[in-house]
Amino acid sequence: MSSEPSVAARNLAKSYSVGASHGPRTLQSALRRIRRPLTGPRRTFWALRDVSFDVHPQEVVGIIGRNGAGKSTALKILSRVTEPTGGEVRMVGRVGCLLEVGTGFHPELTGEENVYLNGAILGMRRDEIRRHFDSIVEFAGIDGFLKTPVKRYSSGMYVRLAFSVAAHLDPEILIVDEVLAVGDLEFQKRCLGKMRSVAAEGGRTVLFVSHNMAAIQSLCTRVIVLEEGRVAFDGDTTEGMRRYIGLHSEHQVTPGVFFLGNRVNPLGGDMAVHLKQLSVLGEQGPQLTFATGGRIRFLIECHGLEEVKKPYYRIHIRNELDQTVLASDSRMTGTAFGGEPAEMEIGRLPLHAGQYFVDVGVGSADRGEVLDHVVDAGTFAVGPSPLYQDEYQLISADGSIYLDADWRRA
Amino acid sequence: MNISELWVFRGLLGAMTRRDLTLRYRQTALGGLWVVIQPILAASIFSVVFGGIGNFSSEGAPYFMFAYAGMLGWNAFSNTLSMITSCLVTNAQLVSKIYFPRLLLPFAQLGTKAIDFLIALGVYVVLAQVTGVSLSARILLAPLVLVWILALALGPALITSSLNVSYRDIGYMVPVVLPLFLYLSPVAYSTDSLPERYRDLYGFNPLVGAINAMRWCLLGRGDLAAGEILYSVGLAGGLLVVGSLFFRSRERLFADVI
Repeated sequence: MSSEPSVAARNLAKSYSVGASHGPRTLQSALRRIRRPLTGPRRTFWALRDVSFDVHPQEVVGIIGRNGAGKSTALKILSRVTEPTGGEVRMVGRVGCLLEVGTGFHPELTGEENVYLNGAILGMRRDEIRRHFDSIVEFAGIDGFLKTPVKRYSSGMYVRLAFSVAAHLDPEILIVDEVLAVGDLEFQKRCLGKMRSVAAEGGRTVLFVSHNMAAIQSLCTRVIVLEEGRVAFDGDTTEGMRRYIGLHSEHQVTPGVFFLGNRVNPLGGDMAVHLKQLSVLGEQGPQLTFATGGRIRFLIECHGLEEVKKPYYRIHIRNELDQTVLASDSRMTGTAFGGEPAEMEIGRLPLHAGQYFVDVGVGSADRGEVLDHVVDAGTFAVGPSPLYQDEYQLISADGSIYLDADWRRA
Repeated sequence: MNISELWVFRGLLGAMTRRDLTLRYRQTALGGLWVVIQPILAASIFSVVFGGIGNFSSEGAPYFMFAYAGMLGWNAFSNTLSMITSCLVTNAQLVSKIYFPRLLLPFAQLGTKAIDFLIALGVYVVLAQVTGVSLSARILLAPLVLVWILALALGPALITSSLNVSYRDIGYMVPVVLPLFLYLSPVAYSTDSLPERYRDLYGFNPLVGAINAMRWCLLGRGDLAAGEILYSVGLAGGLLVVGSLFFRSRERLFADVI
């Protein structure tokens, strides 16, 4: 691209000191350090290391990575909230940041007062806020409550007002962190629409952190994958998402087939019984993306199970927030296994759009012990589904579980 | 970060000042009246305890007015110092989520404290009419003395506020240490009533010059001691430089530690 980058990050690094200063910092601990400066285990934790990238006008760049990969730290440095330990960032143009919706809202202030305060915090001039005031109020739909302290607002009104102020910000560079994680469907839809329009209007730049892969895929022209504080991938969205998904299992044989054989037993045992392979299967064999309500099968292969009396399998499925959303254990169904592979099938996948991670375990029901257990053995995505209206495809609903509910006029 | 950046963010400074002023007496029955009631009440208590029971000298003015004038200076100092000490921590959410020059938070406090002072000064003018204390043109210099007092508070406050980010101990220490200075400053009594041999030592407190100057403006009597003023103003300037440098050196850590 020939144009000047609007964001140029060079060798960004950020370290935190962990250990002795962990927990409440008191004068006491400071004095102790002065007295005995060399004691206390202090470790340096690198949240970011040598991160460089350019973002050009009109690009919408997604930053993805697991929890703790350094996404939020990167955004905090870009938004200048915190300074990097090393490296530098150059940005051309007005920067608007949405690290958290409603930052600086004060519960005692009225809706009107908060619009002005929040606007100023986000970097709008007073006359600018005044000019947009009516449209902010209308967009938020809080017309009759302007003189009411926001502490008396419902949480929905509160979020709507906060977002409405942010939506009227008119930045050249928009930095957005995970705002899709809060708020109702309507709110998420507006967020996405706003980000799309900011990008579409000439010359704007959007940097977007999210766990919502569907939103990343539809919005971003490019993704940066962070892995343990470093840039693991920077480029095409589809390619980057594949890379991100690959991060969760070092031994992906083909998409949807995860080889589990090459592990060192953390307990130091001989691993006479160990999980060999997990395949996530759709109608046409192994695949990575499924639709809500579709059929999904998990094929687990295990080594050395012949000798085990009453073996059982279990599967845990976790969402992007690391919450276990589905779990099944073959002891519950009473299925008897020998040495052969086991398959678990879910006829109608009850999960909303998102990325999911699979933990697999095997054990002996007879001895009541776990023989092997692999966290993050595999992963799969749930994408657009015929069950949803098109405009709601990208929006992650509250909760991960799809409810097979019927809506009708009563 | 420099002065020009503070100018870019002046809108936010205004919004923060307005927020603090609006919030102060929200959900109080008497509202803004508290700005007036507080110094009157404090001066009344001083009148009873020191003027009445202790029979302290008041340089010939009614003791109540003498104490009120001293209180004006003292309140400006102590409220500024204690509010700035806690201002970063009370705004922790802002500090950790939004970029702005961190100096804005202490500066916003200066604005609200200056407005408090001007209101209390207005009350003094009214009280002077009631008690028959004559006002002189010197009262026009009171805002200048206020700037001096605020500067005297701001220097140390920049240090305590940035330390308070890492060590909340400071937040507990300041309200304990402040009253000590109230009694070490000529608020309830006049400098003249001190025994001669303590005067030099007493003069080390930079508030002595400032509060005497405030009283000189308001009561319109007595003389100013040039030495006291030079020492206090010089110290205020020095503390301001040290305080700003200290604040600036810690500033980059605020968002990580708070």
